[in-house]
Amino acid sequence: MQWEVVIGLEIHVQLSTKSKIFSGASTAYGAEPNTQACTVDLGLPGVLPVFNGEALNKSVMFGLAVGAQINERSVFDRKNYFYPDSPKAYQISQLYYPIVGEGHIDIDLEDGSQKRIGVTRAHMEEDAGKSLHENFQNQTGIDLNRAGTPLLEIVSEPDMRSAKEAVAYMRKIHSIVRYLGISDGNMQEGSFRCDANVSLRPKGQEEFGTRAELKNINSFRFVEKAINVEIERQMEILEEGGSVTQETRLYDAEKNETRSMRSKEEANDYRYFPDPDLLPIVISAEEIEAIRKTLPELPEAKCTRFMEELGLPEKDAKALTVDRDMADYYEQVQQSIDDAKMAANWLLGDISALNNKKGLEFKDCPVSAEQLIGLLKRIKDNTISGKIAKDIYLAMFEGEGDADAIIDKKGLKQITDTGAIEAIIDEVIVNNPGQVAEFQSGKDKLIGFFVGQVMKASKGKANPGQVNQLLMQKLKK
Amino acid sequence: MSKLDKSDVEKIAFLARLGIDEQDIPEYATNLSNILDMVEQLDSVDTDGVKPMAHPLDAVQRLRADVVTEVNDRENLQAYAPEISDGLYLVPKVIE
Repeated sequence: MQWEVVIGLEIHVQLSTKSKIFSGASTAYGAEPNTQACTVDLGLPGVLPVFNGEALNKSVMFGLAVGAQINERSVFDRKNYFYPDSPKAYQISQLYYPIVGEGHIDIDLEDGSQKRIGVTRAHMEEDAGKSLHENFQNQTGIDLNRAGTPLLEIVSEPDMRSAKEAVAYMRKIHSIVRYLGISDGNMQEGSFRCDANVSLRPKGQEEFGTRAELKNINSFRFVEKAINVEIERQMEILEEGGSVTQETRLYDAEKNETRSMRSKEEANDYRYFPDPDLLPIVISAEEIEAIRKTLPELPEAKCTRFMEELGLPEKDAKALTVDRDMADYYEQVQQSIDDAKMAANWLLGDISALNNKKGLEFKDCPVSAEQLIGLLKRIKDNTISGKIAKDIYLAMFEGEGDADAIIDKKGLKQITDTGAIEAIIDEVIVNNPGQVAEFQSGKDKLIGFFVGQVMKASKGKANPGQVNQLLMQKLKK
Repeated sequence: MSKLDKSDVEKIAFLARLGIDEQDIPEYATNLSNILDMVEQLDSVDTDGVKPMAHPLDAVQRLRADVVTEVNDRENLQAYAPEISDGLYLVPKVIE
């Protein structure tokens, strides 16, 4: 049978506020356990949550960026369940009246076409603490620093039909929240997490199949792998005439398999009701419009501008604008050296390649925009060749300082003195009489050999253009 | 008229993590059913077009400025905890 895959994603984004959603405790990552968990976060008796207005601003920014309806009145509900990392025994969330209603984004598919993916809703809620199972025999350690960190849960329509589409959607949402500056999007630290609902149905059937929910898949690569192994698992069951159980499953990256996670799911009954500690969140149309004015240029608009103003090909403009850090860096370098093509080639070529090799996000690239500008300027004024520049970039990457200092220290200044280049050429000619004779008898291709020898003898520092020209003069004599 | 049976009571008790005695279940069922009956009287009121009320004073949520106001008070707060280790609260092992 032909099966159609149906995928919907729930993405949890930690909003980058300084303080928590309902308390004045810090949200900074990496603090000593429980040093940022106050009485409100611990759910001690008699405390009252007070809502952080910045969480509202950031959520509205997201809604506007995906063309969604912003609900002028939204309400917090209690989602009741028992788990030790949720000390109140309920999570404050928004079920019935979320802040952000229906919106959409467009994702790029591999064949170059676009597909529109619906955003069902996005609601504000508080994060839970962390359970640490490793270091204790028959106990679990609880760190509540994360409890109460503001989250925006973004729920998609079941519009995706492959793991690749799901990853493209996730990347687009990641790109948008980073552009908006509403989250640091750091997946290692859990600021951007994803659950995937996966089901299969016979091709042509309207009704959805039974879905499994894959929990907390925390890298783009794992999302694709997790969804694909889950698709295979369900297909095997269905092909054998079985039926898929609705359940939560955990992806095990080491074994590359998903496994059933919670038997308690069957007993799940969250008994949502409006939180009596919190009043409705009201935001006026004027306030929403004021927030709209603060929206930065988003990836699609920036891409179009790069194509129109800078004459970049679509492929380059897209690649440069996915990541806001890269786009900002690019603009800074481009404006300073006034060479859109050169800046693009460096960023999308050597710099990206090295970052990927080292597993670095762009924002963690150790070479600053100022440093790259310093380097590219020395190519432009003929101090160094493009080839030497690549070595200098590596040295800057290793923390050896700015381009000028490295050029000085290592004596990499390009040789442009005609006399000096001629001296090297003369030596090469004397040392290779055989090749000289062959060249002069018509084997023109040997020019490459001579250029290579001269460049080698000059340790790559001779100006290649001059070398070519002078060699031709001397050899053709 | 709502009538809760034994399994309803058991489910409610489980969700609330309450231990109840088997012999008390009929009484809980009766009492809880009576409460539901009382609340059900509200169904006789026509509420079409009436917006759900969040607060009798028609107030809306005040927003807090995004400022860190809490300091580390771990030592004090953990004085109430039955068991701690290296700054963590300890609970019976939870395994997924």
